[in-house]
Amino acid sequence: MTTISPTAAIDRSHSPRLRSRLQDWIPRLVLAPSFLLILMFVYGFNLWTFYLSFTNSKAFTSNKLVGLANYQKLWTWTFETDPPSNWYTALVNMGLFGGLYVGFCLFLGLMLAILLDQKIRGEGILRPIYLYPLALSFIVTGTAWKLFLDPRIGLEKAMHDWGWTSFHFDWVVNPSMMIYCVAIAGIWQTSGFVMAMFLAGLRGVDSEILKAAQIDGASTYQTYRRIIIPIIRPVFFSALIILTHMAIKSYDLVLSVTGKNPGGAAELPSTFMYTYTFSRNQMAVGSTSAVIMLATIAAIMVPYIYSELKEKAR
Amino acid sequence: MKLRNILMASAITVSALGFAGGAFAADNKEVQMLHWWTSGGEAAALNVLKQDLGKEGYTWKDVPVAGGGGGAAMTTLKAMVAAGNPPTASQILGYFAVDYAEAGKLGDITELAKKEGWDKVVPTALQKFTTTDGKWDAVPVNIHSVNWIWLNKAVMDKIGGAEPKTFDEFVALLDKAKAAGVIPIALGGQPWQEATMFDSIVASTGGIEFYKKAFVDLDPAALKSDTMKKSFDNLGRLRAYLDPNYAGRDWNLATAMVIKGDALVQVMGDWAKGEFRAANKVAGTDFLCYRFPGTDGSVIYNTDMFAMFDVSADRKAAQLALADATMSPSFQSAFNVVKGSVPARMDVPDTAFDICGKKGIADVKAANAAGTFVGSMAQAYAQPPAISGAYSDVVTKFLHGEIKTSDSAVTELGKAINAAK
Repeated sequence: MTTISPTAAIDRSHSPRLRSRLQDWIPRLVLAPSFLLILMFVYGFNLWTFYLSFTNSKAFTSNKLVGLANYQKLWTWTFETDPPSNWYTALVNMGLFGGLYVGFCLFLGLMLAILLDQKIRGEGILRPIYLYPLALSFIVTGTAWKLFLDPRIGLEKAMHDWGWTSFHFDWVVNPSMMIYCVAIAGIWQTSGFVMAMFLAGLRGVDSEILKAAQIDGASTYQTYRRIIIPIIRPVFFSALIILTHMAIKSYDLVLSVTGKNPGGAAELPSTFMYTYTFSRNQMAVGSTSAVIMLATIAAIMVPYIYSELKEKAR
Repeated sequence: MKLRNILMASAITVSALGFAGGAFAADNKEVQMLHWWTSGGEAAALNVLKQDLGKEGYTWKDVPVAGGGGGAAMTTLKAMVAAGNPPTASQILGYFAVDYAEAGKLGDITELAKKEGWDKVVPTALQKFTTTDGKWDAVPVNIHSVNWIWLNKAVMDKIGGAEPKTFDEFVALLDKAKAAGVIPIALGGQPWQEATMFDSIVASTGGIEFYKKAFVDLDPAALKSDTMKKSFDNLGRLRAYLDPNYAGRDWNLATAMVIKGDALVQVMGDWAKGEFRAANKVAGTDFLCYRFPGTDGSVIYNTDMFAMFDVSADRKAAQLALADATMSPSFQSAFNVVKGSVPARMDVPDTAFDICGKKGIADVKAANAAGTFVGSMAQAYAQPPAISGAYSDVVTKFLHGEIKTSDSAVTELGKAINAAK
C-alpha cells in the first residue's frame, strides 16, 4: 500500500473515479507477468507435450503425426506382465510406492503432530529434529539409505557384528523388494514435514471448543476423532496434494536408492518418461507417458478439489 | 500515468540488457566446450588440450552442466542447440552424433580432415560416427573397448590360475576362485553393466561374425538362433559366481573389489583401468588384463568424440583449431594414457602406455585390418540408443530372473528390438 500512496496523493486532486480504477487495476497488472509465465511455461508446454505424443519424435521433435500409435504401444505394454514390460512395472511400482508413501506420511505425520501437541517439554528441540530430513536433498537421503540398508556394510552387517547372526535384510539388493526401500527413504524424509503441517493445524483449533468437549465428558480419543481431525480437514487436503505430486514426480530418490534400476524392477513412470525421452531418444513415447501421468493425476485431483471447493462454497 | 512511465522504463532497460548480452556473445577467439570430464585425471588430461589451444591464442570456456553426468550434459546440449546457440564443440557419444548430423546441426571440417589424412588413421568402422555422407563433422578422442577382463594378480597366483582362452576355461577358473573362498566375479548389477558383459559373452559364444550379424545387421534369424540362446545360457551360468549383493552396485565399486582382492575378476571396459591406476596399481604386477575369453583378436569398441557444431563464421577458426589440436598425436597419447583408453588414431606410438594399453593399441590395428572392429551394443555403438536400451532391458531382466528361460529371452529380445525400431 505504501508504494502506491504517492500516486494516490496526486490523483486525489483529479478525480476519485480514476483512483479507484487504478486500485482496481494494480493487482491485475502485478499478477499479469506471473500469470503469463505460468500460462506459457506450464500450460503451453503441457499442450506441446500433448502434441508431441501424437508425433513420431525421436531424438528431436518432429511434426510427423502418427495418430494414436504411441498410446497403443503403451496400452499393450500395460498388460504385458510376463515378463513385465517396463511400463507395467512402472505402473505397479507407482501404486505400491505412492500408496505406501502417502499413507504412511499422513499417518506418521498426524501421530507425531498429536504427540508433540501434548504440551511436552523440549518441543522446540524435537520439532526441528523431525523437520530436519526435509532440508536434505533426495539424492542425499537416497544414497544414505542405500548405504544403510546395504547388507554388506549397513544394517545387516551391524546386526551380525553384534551377534544377531540370523538377521537377514537384503531388500535394497533384491530387485523385487527395492521399491519398498524407496518408500522407506521417502517416508523418512517427508513425515516430519507433514507433521509440521498438522501441528500448525492443531494449533489453530479453538481451545474453547476443546474445553466444551471436555465439559461434555468426551475422551481424548473421541475429542481427536470427532472434533479435532474434522476441523483440520483442510490440512489433510493440502498434505495430500503435496504428497501425491511428490510421489508422482519422485525421480532422484528412486535412482539413488536402487542404483540405476537393476533388473528393470525399480521403474517408475517418472524414470520411464526420462529414460525414453532423453536417453533412449524415443521422445514421442516419453511424451505419451507424461500425458498419461498428467491425466492420472487429474483424474484423482480434480474430483477431490471440486468436492472440497463445493463444500467451502456452501 | 506514472505507472506507464515505469513500464516504459523497464521495457527499455530490458531491451538494452538484451542487446548488451548479444554483443558479449560474439567472441571469435573463444572455444566453447561442453563436456563432463570433470573428475581428477580426466580434467588433468583435458588441460593439455586447453594449453595447446592457449598457445595458439584461443581461450577455453567450459559450458557448465548442472548435475555433472553424461545424461544431464546431453539434455543441456539439446536445449542449447534447439535455442540456436550451439557450443563450438561438445563431447558426444555414438548415435547422438548421428542424430545431430541428421538434423543438420553439425558443421563441416572435411577440408582439415583431408589435409591431415584422418580417414587413413582413424579405424574405418569408427568413421561411421565422425562422418556423414563422407563429410567430417566430429573428431574421436579415444577408443574404449568393452571385451576386457581385469584380474587381481595376487588372487590369481593364490589359486594357480592361467589366462582362460575359452568360455569353458573361464568358468573353470571361476570355479577355482569359488573353491578358494574368493568372490569369483565382481559385477555391478546395473542394466548397462550387465549388457556390457553380455556383449562379450555373445562374441565369445558365437564368434565375432555372429555378433556382427545379430547386433550390427539385426538379422532376425541370428537374434533368435540357438547360438543366441546359448549366449543367454552362458550368462545364466555366470550367475552362480556372483556375490549376493551385486544388484545396483556401481562399476567402480566392483572394480574396487578386484583391487582389494575380495574378488578375482571384473568384466568391464578399459575405463576400469583408470581405477587401478588411481589406486597406484601397476598393470602386469598388481593386476592382469586379458581379452574376454574367446574374443581375442576382436575389439568391441565405444568412443568419446567431440562433435563440431554448425557455428557462425567468426567462430569457425577456433573450431578448426580445436579439431586439429584434438587429433594431434601428442594430445591423443597424453590423454589416453590417463584415461585408460587407446588413441583414436592408429599411428600414435605406444611408448607411453602400459602393457594393457600396448595390447589395446595393437588389437585396434589388427582388428581394423581383419574387419573385427565392431561397435558395442550395450554402449549404443552398434545400434541407436532406443534399440540398445531395449537390449539392456532383456539382458538385465534375464539375469535377475524376471525372464526365466533363454527361450523366452530370445523371443523377448526380438520383440523388444522390433518395438524400439
